[in-house]
Amino acid sequence: MPRRDDIHTILVIGSGPIIIGQACEFDYSGTQACRVLKEEGYRVVLANSNPATIMTDPEFADATYIEPLDIAVLRKIIEKEKPDALLPTLGGQTALNLSMELVAAGVLEEHGVELIGARAESIDTAENRHKFKEAMIEIGMDVPRSGVAHTMEEAWEIVAEIGLPIVIRPAYILGGRGTGTAATKEEFKLAASNGIAASPINEILIEESIAGWKEFELEVMRDSKDNQVIVCSIENLDPMGTHTGDSITVAPIQTLTDVEYQDMRDAAFACLRRVGVETGGSNVQFAVEPTTGRRVIIEMNPRVSRSSALASKATGFPIAKIAAKLAVGYTLDEIPNDITKQTPASFEPVIDYVVTKIPRWAFEKFPGTSGKLGTSMQSVGEVMAIGRTFPESVQKACRSLEQGHEGLVSASGSAFDDLDDDELFRRCAIATPDRLFQVAEALRRGRTVDELYAHTMIDPWFLDQLSIVTEESEAIKGRTLASFSKAEMKRVKQLGFSDPQLAGLCDTTEEAVRTGRKALGVLPTFKTVDTCSAEFDAETPYHYSTYEDENEVHPSDRQSVMILGSGPNRIGQGIEFDYCCVHASFALQDAGFETIMVNCNPETVSTDYDTSDRLYFEPLTYEDVMNIIEVENPMGIIVSLGGQTPLKLADRLPQELVLGTSPASIDAAEDRDLWSSLCARLEIPQPAGGTATTVEGALAVAAKIGYPALVRPSYVLGGRGMEIVYDDESLTKAMEQMGVAGSLGKEGGLSAERPVLVDRFLEDATEVDVDALRDKTGACTIGGVMEHVEEAGVHSGDSACVLPPPNLTPATIAVIEDYTKRIAADLEVCGLINVQYAVKNGQVFVIEANPRASRTVPFVAKATGRPLAKVAARIMTGSTIAELEAEGLMPTGEIGDHWSVKEAVLPFNRFPETDALLGPEMRSTGEVMGIDMTPGLAFVKSQLAAGSQLKRGGVVFVSLSDRDKEAGLEVAKILAELGSTFVATAGTAALLRDAGLAVDKVVSKFYEDGENAVAMIERGEIDLVINTPRGRGARADGGYIRTAAAQSGVPLVTTVAAAAAAARGLRDWDDDKLVVRSLQSILGIS
Amino acid sequence: MTNPTAAALVLADGSVFEGEHIGATPAGGIAGGEVVFNTALSGYQEVLTDPSYAGQIVTFTYPHIGNYGTSAADNESTGMYARGVIVRDLARRHSSWRAEQSLDAFLQFHKLSGIAGVDTRRLTRLIRSNGAMPGAFGPTEGPGAVDISALTAAASAEPGTDGIDLVSTVTTAAPYSVAYRGDATARRIVAYDFGIKSTISWHLSGIGDVEIVPASTSAADVLARKPDGVFLSNGPGDPEMSPYASDAIRDLIGEVPIFGICLGHQLLSLAAGGRIEKLPFGHHGANHPVRDETTGKVEITSQNHNFAVVGESLSAVADVTHINLNDGVCEGMALRDAPAFSVQHHPEASPGPHDSAYLFGRFEQLMNDFNAKAGA
Repeated sequence: MPRRDDIHTILVIGSGPIIIGQACEFDYSGTQACRVLKEEGYRVVLANSNPATIMTDPEFADATYIEPLDIAVLRKIIEKEKPDALLPTLGGQTALNLSMELVAAGVLEEHGVELIGARAESIDTAENRHKFKEAMIEIGMDVPRSGVAHTMEEAWEIVAEIGLPIVIRPAYILGGRGTGTAATKEEFKLAASNGIAASPINEILIEESIAGWKEFELEVMRDSKDNQVIVCSIENLDPMGTHTGDSITVAPIQTLTDVEYQDMRDAAFACLRRVGVETGGSNVQFAVEPTTGRRVIIEMNPRVSRSSALASKATGFPIAKIAAKLAVGYTLDEIPNDITKQTPASFEPVIDYVVTKIPRWAFEKFPGTSGKLGTSMQSVGEVMAIGRTFPESVQKACRSLEQGHEGLVSASGSAFDDLDDDELFRRCAIATPDRLFQVAEALRRGRTVDELYAHTMIDPWFLDQLSIVTEESEAIKGRTLASFSKAEMKRVKQLGFSDPQLAGLCDTTEEAVRTGRKALGVLPTFKTVDTCSAEFDAETPYHYSTYEDENEVHPSDRQSVMILGSGPNRIGQGIEFDYCCVHASFALQDAGFETIMVNCNPETVSTDYDTSDRLYFEPLTYEDVMNIIEVENPMGIIVSLGGQTPLKLADRLPQELVLGTSPASIDAAEDRDLWSSLCARLEIPQPAGGTATTVEGALAVAAKIGYPALVRPSYVLGGRGMEIVYDDESLTKAMEQMGVAGSLGKEGGLSAERPVLVDRFLEDATEVDVDALRDKTGACTIGGVMEHVEEAGVHSGDSACVLPPPNLTPATIAVIEDYTKRIAADLEVCGLINVQYAVKNGQVFVIEANPRASRTVPFVAKATGRPLAKVAARIMTGSTIAELEAEGLMPTGEIGDHWSVKEAVLPFNRFPETDALLGPEMRSTGEVMGIDMTPGLAFVKSQLAAGSQLKRGGVVFVSLSDRDKEAGLEVAKILAELGSTFVATAGTAALLRDAGLAVDKVVSKFYEDGENAVAMIERGEIDLVINTPRGRGARADGGYIRTAAAQSGVPLVTTVAAAAAAARGLRDWDDDKLVVRSLQSILGIS
Repeated sequence: MTNPTAAALVLADGSVFEGEHIGATPAGGIAGGEVVFNTALSGYQEVLTDPSYAGQIVTFTYPHIGNYGTSAADNESTGMYARGVIVRDLARRHSSWRAEQSLDAFLQFHKLSGIAGVDTRRLTRLIRSNGAMPGAFGPTEGPGAVDISALTAAASAEPGTDGIDLVSTVTTAAPYSVAYRGDATARRIVAYDFGIKSTISWHLSGIGDVEIVPASTSAADVLARKPDGVFLSNGPGDPEMSPYASDAIRDLIGEVPIFGICLGHQLLSLAAGGRIEKLPFGHHGANHPVRDETTGKVEITSQNHNFAVVGESLSAVADVTHINLNDGVCEGMALRDAPAFSVQHHPEASPGPHDSAYLFGRFEQLMNDFNAKAGA
C-alpha cells in the first residue's frame, strides 16, 4: 500500500530526558522518523522535553514543543495542533506509556487522533507480563514454567512439577523484599516460606530459573501486509541474569545452528503476529538452555528500542526510518534499501564482520552501590566496535570504552594483580563491569575454558575466542618489536591488538610500534558496512578498520573536515556533545565541505550514516584516529565539540590540522598556573587557590587559602572527583582518592602534568555560565548568560539554570560579558568558549574557562535560536561572525520575551544505596527544558518535565539546616499562601510555628521512636520534600529522607535556592491556564 | 596451538590470496573448482553437503565458520560435492549441544580441503564484479607443498561449471524410497534426483510416499510408477547440459502435477520452451526478497543459482509467479495449461528462512485438484 493521504498532521512523542535505560538512541530514532515524515509531506508536531536532542531542532518538525511530557501538556498540544495521527513507537517506553495514557483518558478518541504504528491492545499485550505470557502459551510457545502458591503444600506441588532451580517472587511487595532463588530442596523450603510470609496476601509466584541460559535477541520489522524480516540477530555474551542493556552483546548470533536460528526466527514472527504489531520494528528476546537447546520466549518490545538502534548501526538498516514509513502506509517492498539504493527494504541484512557492544557504567559516581549487575539496567552508556572477527571486535570495543583499557588484556601489568587466583576466579562468577577483564585475566593465568564455562555460563565459544587473545598476548610478552615478521604483525593486528597494547607487551613505545608496523607494511584496511556482505555494489559511506588485503576507502577530492565525536555516553559527557558534533557536520555540509565523522557510540545521531558524508565507526584513540587521517587526508579536524574525548587527543594529532582554538590555548585554560597568570594579567578576580600533586602540597595550599575549599582534578568532565572539603581530614581523603590507588587513579591519576586544583570555595555565591563565540578577526559574541538556581558548589551539570539571568543586575551582566570577551581574546579563541563565574555580594569571580563546546550549548541554542555549534564549526573553518550573521546562520538581536530553564535529571532511583544529594560531582544523566513567560512558570515546567510531581498545596515536609532557616522560612510562607500544610522535625517545626505557620505534625528523627518522615514518604503522605543538608558528616537522617523521596518519586528539593524557585513558580502556576508554545512560535521561525 | 600451515588460493585471473590450510590435504596438493560465495550467516554444513555445489569451491562471507560444529542431522546429502571451502576464520573450538564433531574433523572425514585466513570480502567483491571464476588452492609449505605457479596453472586448467553435465555426477544410481511421515497415505510422489537435498525429501515425505529416481529416468518409467505428482529437484550446474532431463519432463507436462525447485525449475522451463540466461554474479545467500505475485506477499528466501529463467521467454505458456525484488529476476512460474509450477529459490531452506515452505502445500493442493478433476 502506498503512502496514506487520509492523514496530514502527525504527532510524534520523544523520549524526554536521558535516563538510565533510555538514552540518545531515541533521539536517533526520533530524528530519523521526523525527517522521513517531513520528506513524505506530512506536517509533523513533536513533543519532547529534552533540548539537547537533534530532533527538537526547529527544522525537524513543523511545530516543536519543548514541554513537559505529561498527559495534561499533551492534551493541550493535541487541542492546539489537531493531529490526525499519533506515532507512539519511536520515543521509547516514555512515549509508549504516554500514548497508552492518552488512549485510556479518551483524549485520542475525543480529538479523532489515530494511533499509528501500534494498536493499544497490542501494546498492552506486549507490556503486560501476564497477558504476554498467556498469549505466547496460546500460540504454543514455550515460556518459563511457573505456578502460584499460597501454602507450602501448594509450593511443593509446583516445584515437583517444574523442578529446581527456581525463583520465588512474593505478590504485592515493594522493592523485591522476599524475592529469593533456590537450587536445593532445603533452600526452596526456606525461600518459599519466607516469600509466603513476606507477601501481604501470602501469595508467591514460583518460576523456573533460567539464569545462566544463553540469551538472544531478534530485531524484527513487520508491515501491514504481514511481510516480516529480521534486521539483526544478537547474542548476549553475558547469560540470562544480566539485563540486556548491561550485557556485552554480539551481532550476529554466533552459536546457534541454522536449524535453531530459523526456528527462533519463525517464533519471533509468530510473536509479532499474536501481539498484533501492525507495522514497525520490534525486539523479541529468547533464552536457550545450553545443554538441551530448549528455547523460551522472554519478552518483546513493540517499538523501536535501544537494541534496534544497535541493530541499525550494526547492519546499516535504518530501523526507525523504515518504521516511520511503514506507519504511514508503505510496505517493505515499496521502500528502497538506503544502502544499495537498488534493492528494496524487504530483505534481511547479512554482515561480514562482528559487532560487539560493551556498556559503560558509572558506579564510581554512586558511592555505596554494590557494582553488581542484575536484572535492572544500570549502565549509562555503551560502545560498539566492528571487527572482522570477534577477537578484533571485542578488543576494539575495550579500547573504545576510554577507561584505560588498551584492549582485552592490559599490556602493562594487570589491574587484578592484587587478586590471588582463587579470588579472581571467584569474582568471575559475578557479573560486574570488570567481569570481562577478570575472565580474560583468569584465562591468562591458566584457567581453562571449561572451568570458566562451568563457573560463568559464558558460552565456551566466546571463552575460547577470548583465550585466543590472552594466549597471543602471553606469546608476545617479552618479544622485541624487531623480532616480528610481517605475517606475525598482521596476525596480532587481526586479533585486534592495539599499538599501545603491543608497546606494553614488547616494552617499547606506541610510536615505535606504529613506525615499526608501518615499516613492515602492516597497514589498516577500511571495509564497508553494506547490509549485503558485498553481494551487491553499495555506495555506503560507512566504514570500519581491520587488517586485511583490500582497502575500500579512497580519499575524496573534495575538501573534507573530520569531526571527532564524544565516545560512549557517561555522566558529564553525553548527548549534548553529540548534538554539537552533528551540528558541525550539518553546518559544514551546508557550507560545501565534505564531513567525516568518527565515533564509537551506537546510540547517537552522529553515528547515523546519513549525518555525515562519511562515517567511521572506530575507537577514539590516537592510533585509530591517525589511521583515518592517513587514509582520508582531511583539510582539518574538529576536536573541540566532542567533550574531553577528542580534546585529550588534540596534542598528539598533526597540529596544523586541528581547527579552531589551538590545543595550546586549551591547555592554557586548563593549566592552573597559566590560567591564574592570565586572570591576574586581565585583572579578573578569581577565588584564591593553588595546585598540588601530593597530600602535603594540597594541605599547604589549604592552609594558605582557608576552608571550605574545592578540590578537583584537571582534565576531567562532569566534576569527576570534585569535592568541597571543610578540613584537613576530608582534604586528605579526597587527595587519596585521586592518587594512583584511588578510583580516579584508573582514569589517569595524578601527575605533574595533571595536578589537583585546590580553590577557596565561595559559599552561597550565585553561579553563572556563559557560552560565547569568537572568530579569527577577534570579533566575539555572547551566546547566552545563564544563572544557576542552585548556588555555587552544586555541579553546573546538576544545577538548574535560567536564561536570561533573572536575578543579576545589568551591571553585573555587563561585567560578566566583558570578562568573557577579554578571556576569549587572551586565549585567542577561535570557536566556542564557556566561562563559569561565581557572583557573591555583587562581585564577579571567574571560576574556570573552557575554550570548547560546553554542555549548555544545545540549551542556549533552543532558548535563543542561536545555533552556537553550527556557528562555531563555521568559524573554525574560516568564516567570521559578521559573515555568518549576513548569511543568516547567526541571528542578530534579542529573540522573544520568554524565559527558559534547564533542569538536570538524576538517576538516584536506580541507586537506592546512594544519598540523593547534589554536590560538586556531577551525577545527572540528562536534562530537560521548561519555557514560559515568567521565570517561575518556566521553572515549574522544568520540574514537571524532569518527572517531579510538583503541585500547589499538599503536605510539605521541611527540614532546614540552620544556615538555611531564614531563606527557608520565606519559601514556607509562599507555600502556605498556596495552601500547603507542613510536616517538620522539631527544630524546623518550631521555626515555622514561630512565624505563625501551621505545622500538622512534628516527626521524629529516623533513628528515634515514633512517626518519622521516611515512613510517611513511603506511605505517600508527603507531596514535597524540602531537605537542605550542609557540610559533611556521616549519612544521617537527611540521607534516608532523600533516598525515600527519590525511591518513592516524591518531589525532592535539596537546596533552599531551588525551593524558592519552586515556590515562586507555583505562585504563578495555574493548572487550568497551562499554555503550550511551539519553539517555532517562540523563536519567530515560520 | 599448533602452527598453521600456510596455503594460497589462486584465481583464474591470477589473483592470489594467502591463508592457512584447513581440512583434508587435497590430492596432489591442489584443490580446484569454480569459486563461488554464500552470504548466509549460519548453515555452513547444509551448504557444504548440498549437491548443488558440485564442482564448486564455496566461500563463506561470514567470517566465523564452524562455531557450532557439525551434526549428522544437518547433512543435506550423504557426501560432500563441493570441491573446497574458503573461510576467514575456522572456529578453534565449537560450541553447541547439537554438535557431534568439529567442522575441521568433518572436513577431514569427508576429505574436503579448505583454506582459512582469507580476505573473503576482497574475494567476494572480485567474484561479484567478474563472475564466478575457476580457482585452485593448496598448502604452500610442509610436505606436499605447492607453489603459486602450480596453483595458477591449476586454476587456468580448471574448466568451471559451464558446459558440463554435473547432474550425472551427483544423481542416485538407483531408485529408492522415502516413506510418508504420517500414518498412511495413498499419495505417491516421484522425485527426480538432480542432486536432491535431504530436506526436500523430508518435506515431500510430509505429503506422500516418495520414490527418488535417477536423473536419466524416462517419462514412461515415471508414469509407470503411477505418481500423483512429480517433483523436479535442485542440482548443480548448467541446465542445458542435461537435455535428457528436459526431454523427459516435456513428456510429463500435462500428464501429472509437477513441482520443480532450482535446477528443476530451470529444466521445467526449458521443457516448456523457455530460455535460460547466466546471471552476472548469481544469487548466493539466504536473504533474498522474493514476491509471490499471486498474493503480493514478500518471502525471504534461500538462493543458490548462477543461471536463471528468462521470464519473458515463457510468456506464451506460463505466468511468472515469483520475482526477485533485488533484480527482478524470475524466481517462479506456473504453466497456464498444465498442472506444473516451479520456483528458482529454495522453499526447503536449510540453510535459510522457512518463509517459502508453503510451496510444498501448494504442490499438495495441485495434486488434490488434479485428482479431483480426474475423478470427476
